Amino acid sequence: MFRKQECVAMLLAGGQGSRLYALTTTVAKPAVPYGGKYRIIDFPLSNCVNSGIETVGVLTQYQPLELSDYIGSGEPWDLDRMGAGVHVLPPYQRNKGADWYKGTANAIYQNMVFIERYDPEYVLVLSGDHIYKMDYAKMIAEHKKNNADCTIAVIEVEWEEASRFGILNTHPDNAVYEFEEKPKNPKSNLASMGIYVFNWKKLKEYLTADENDPKSQNDFGKNVLPTMLKAGERMYAYRFEGYWKDVGTIDSLWEANMDLLNPKVPLDLSDDTWRIYSRTPGLPPHSISSTAKVQNSMITEGGDIRGNVDFSVLFAGATIEEGAQIRDSIIMPGVTVKKGAVVQYAIVAENAVIEEDATVGMRPEDMQELDEWGVAVIASGVTVGAGATIPAKAMIDHDVAKEEK
Amino acid sequence: MNGNTVLGLLFPNMHDDALPEFTRNRAMGSVPFGGRYRLVDFTLSNLVNAGVSKVGVVTKSNYQSMMDHLGSGKAWDLSRKAQGLYFLPPFGASEDQYDGRIAPLAGVRRFLENSRHDYVILSDCHIVGNIDYRRLVEFHVESGADITVACLRGTAPENIASPIITANDKGRITDMIITRRALGEALYGIGLYVVSRTLLMQLVENAVSRNQYSFEWDVLQRHIGDRHLYAYEIPEFTMTISSLAGYFKANMALLDPAVREKLFVANRPIYTKVRDCAPALYGLHAQVADSLVADGCKIDGAVRDSILFRDVHVDRDAVIDHCILMQGSVIGAGSTMEYIITDKNVCIRDRRSLKGCADYPVSVKKGTMV
Repeated sequence: MFRKQECVAMLLAGGQGSRLYALTTTVAKPAVPYGGKYRIIDFPLSNCVNSGIETVGVLTQYQPLELSDYIGSGEPWDLDRMGAGVHVLPPYQRNKGADWYKGTANAIYQNMVFIERYDPEYVLVLSGDHIYKMDYAKMIAEHKKNNADCTIAVIEVEWEEASRFGILNTHPDNAVYEFEEKPKNPKSNLASMGIYVFNWKKLKEYLTADENDPKSQNDFGKNVLPTMLKAGERMYAYRFEGYWKDVGTIDSLWEANMDLLNPKVPLDLSDDTWRIYSRTPGLPPHSISSTAKVQNSMITEGGDIRGNVDFSVLFAGATIEEGAQIRDSIIMPGVTVKKGAVVQYAIVAENAVIEEDATVGMRPEDMQELDEWGVAVIASGVTVGAGATIPAKAMIDHDVAKEEK
Repeated sequence: MNGNTVLGLLFPNMHDDALPEFTRNRAMGSVPFGGRYRLVDFTLSNLVNAGVSKVGVVTKSNYQSMMDHLGSGKAWDLSRKAQGLYFLPPFGASEDQYDGRIAPLAGVRRFLENSRHDYVILSDCHIVGNIDYRRLVEFHVESGADITVACLRGTAPENIASPIITANDKGRITDMIITRRALGEALYGIGLYVVSRTLLMQLVENAVSRNQYSFEWDVLQRHIGDRHLYAYEIPEFTMTISSLAGYFKANMALLDPAVREKLFVANRPIYTKVRDCAPALYGLHAQVADSLVADGCKIDGAVRDSILFRDVHVDRDAVIDHCILMQGSVIGAGSTMEYIITDKNVCIRDRRSLKGCADYPVSVKKGTMV
């Protein structure tokens, strides 16, 4: 049977992540590889386990196959639990019809039965879009202390950036009095992190009411939270300090990987007290040959490194041949970069092949128009032919023919 | 063959005395190898890759690290409901009676009785190889052997009593001497056998009733005349470990890409326990060549011709040459090391200098601070 849980986590993992373009044509955003051996979803899942939460529902919708396979029984995160553990929750048919998840709130609404069987006091709503390490137990403790109905995690952002975020305006005791979505003239710089703790009984009422409102978009940020605030429920902000990064765009995904190479960035993946778990292919240690030169980089198991690697993150089983140059780039699992090829300021997705003497990406200092510069992306399984040149900011999702030089 | 026909039986304590430097607190089978493995991983993975789904691990002593490593057997897909991994510690005998292979086999009689498998693969755990056991069992069945002795051709290891085998052109063993002294090029057994389960129980019972303890002397050698003993020459690349110098050499062999290709075969992976370390991090001053580096390492010094296990830290200006650094070793700034093997969690402070040589590598005990 199902054990009563104080808190059940619901992870919204159905989004396409359309701003990652070629990287999410066949996988959902939470399954996008990050940091050499992880996927984005490893962060919220590991945070749950490390915070003592043992029941997690993962709501999937867009391209769920790879994500479902990856989660599997939940064993890598210790979430293969009896009467608890991780469950993948896709939309399903009922006798009165079937619906896709219409919005974030509707996704939870459709899975109230799942939550009910654990009879929880609190529900933690998470998203699969961010890289951060956070102790949810501390947030829940503050939620209890404030006797709150809803607590929203917030992080201080730069004032000039604040108009890009959902901003919370609060009293000195962190009680929320106003939400502003992407305000032109922000009154505060506390941005919502998309992490919510609700009293389950209260949330159930609001989800049901929201479902019965034909005008609602069934979204937490747009509908449920403003409605709760208007009704005078106790809503509090929980201030988070530390590394937090949205990896929803090509540039931010690239930056978040590069942050791992910067000792000044406070994201330490080697901290034993807060491990980030992942499902790994179990390959031998990587090898560095005598022709290789590796500096300022992160490399994981199965790599065969014979070329030059600088300021780059290499995933499992990357093959870098002699004379190849990898700079300021992200090389995802199973990629081969052949002799003489140059990959710079680029993301090369799973199992892509960069043939001999091809060039992918450009350094910003070599651009004539800096405005046209950006990270180049090679989608998974693509072959870039010998001698071909892929410009900066290109998004390549089909094979590129070789070019005679 | 499938999971119901062949049973695996491993002897991780066999040859502990050949590598005393690293078996003080562990069995031979749990000696770290190749940057992230334990020796037992090779034999256990070979069994699993051949479809074996029930494996007994016959331990004698110092098996805590072994139990910690294998756990429920999940990493080898051996955490099963009906079959899976079984730890078989000493039972029904005191430890000093547990020498040889007969007493432990007698101790696991129940385990053998309660299995329904036709054959048993018995193996020691000082073997490093990606061996296709399906072919080994096929040979056993097709040759009509009572016992198949898996062999290598070459110079037998000096520290271990190995059966040196003479066989006819069909592989039938006609003579066997058991010696610790290498006799030049020969066909020698490496402690890997196939035998039918019922015959094994019968042979063990006979030997026990005569107060015999050695499988090699008292079973194999005695039955050359009246049983069909066959030698199977292992076609795959295989090494055995029987001394510190040999351990060093076998590790260093992995630096050759051709050897890695033979050992780490895509469709027959070598499984091991997962540790969830972050990927290795190379600093601004890292200079690494001809080395294997595991996850969790942080390197800011020079490393050549070396094997770094998980979570090894090499500080700035340190020079590591021909070394094997086990999990959690920390090498301070400006230190130089040549031909050194550090056991787990060794700490070398700043500006120390340690040196061995190619045929005499020096080992540093677990947890030592230099």
